[in-house]
Amino acid sequence: MLILSRKINEKIMIGEDISLTIIEIRGDQVKVGVEAPKSVKVFRQEVYEAIQNENKAAAAATSNANLDGLSGIIIPHQ
Amino acid sequence: MDIKTKSLGTVSIVEKQIIELKNGFYGFGQYHRFALLDAAQKPFIWVQSLDESDLAFLALDPFLFRPDYEIDIDDATISPLGIETPSDVLVFVLVTIPQNGEPITANLQGPLIINKKNNQAMQAVLSDARWKTKHDIAAESSAKRGK
Repeated sequence: MLILSRKINEKIMIGEDISLTIIEIRGDQVKVGVEAPKSVKVFRQEVYEAIQNENKAAAAATSNANLDGLSGIIIPHQ
Repeated sequence: MDIKTKSLGTVSIVEKQIIELKNGFYGFGQYHRFALLDAAQKPFIWVQSLDESDLAFLALDPFLFRPDYEIDIDDATISPLGIETPSDVLVFVLVTIPQNGEPITANLQGPLIINKKNNQAMQAVLSDARWKTKHDIAAESSAKRGK
């Protein structure tokens, strides 16, 4: 792990084609600009955590959940 | 072949019901092979792990309750599936049934994408803010019906 300090408008390079720029600091919020090739997926960590948590909820809930609740909740469109 | 399932006991499946997720589902990265089985409650299906009989997800064709659903994934992300045409693609979303009686929801932010030609699959993460991890299926389905 690398820990370093940056001032506003200074950059961090990750490899040759990914850069992070500190755009703004206001209170406890930092605005970061991310430049990366299209092939690199950039997401907030919360997005992945939300999907993980939802998968766990989906897997847990089906164990003894009342599946009868599923009947009739879909109204077909054709 | 016969497999043990979480909710249907032992069932007999054929090869073409098996999908392979190289990276697994988020939070369940160690499980790669799943079978698609019809649930007793149509049009829901089970996505049943072949390696852990206690791991299964309920899933649904999202377009059945959200005809306006859209999936925009960049080509590099989806290239491992080897999809050649859009008609190769099968999409399901995972369903959550809360224990506390809250509404049954579908996760439209993390759809299961399947290439039905080779049964390679992945869980995608959509960046479109319209699609959340919890969509109330009954409410959104009846909203469409009301139109």
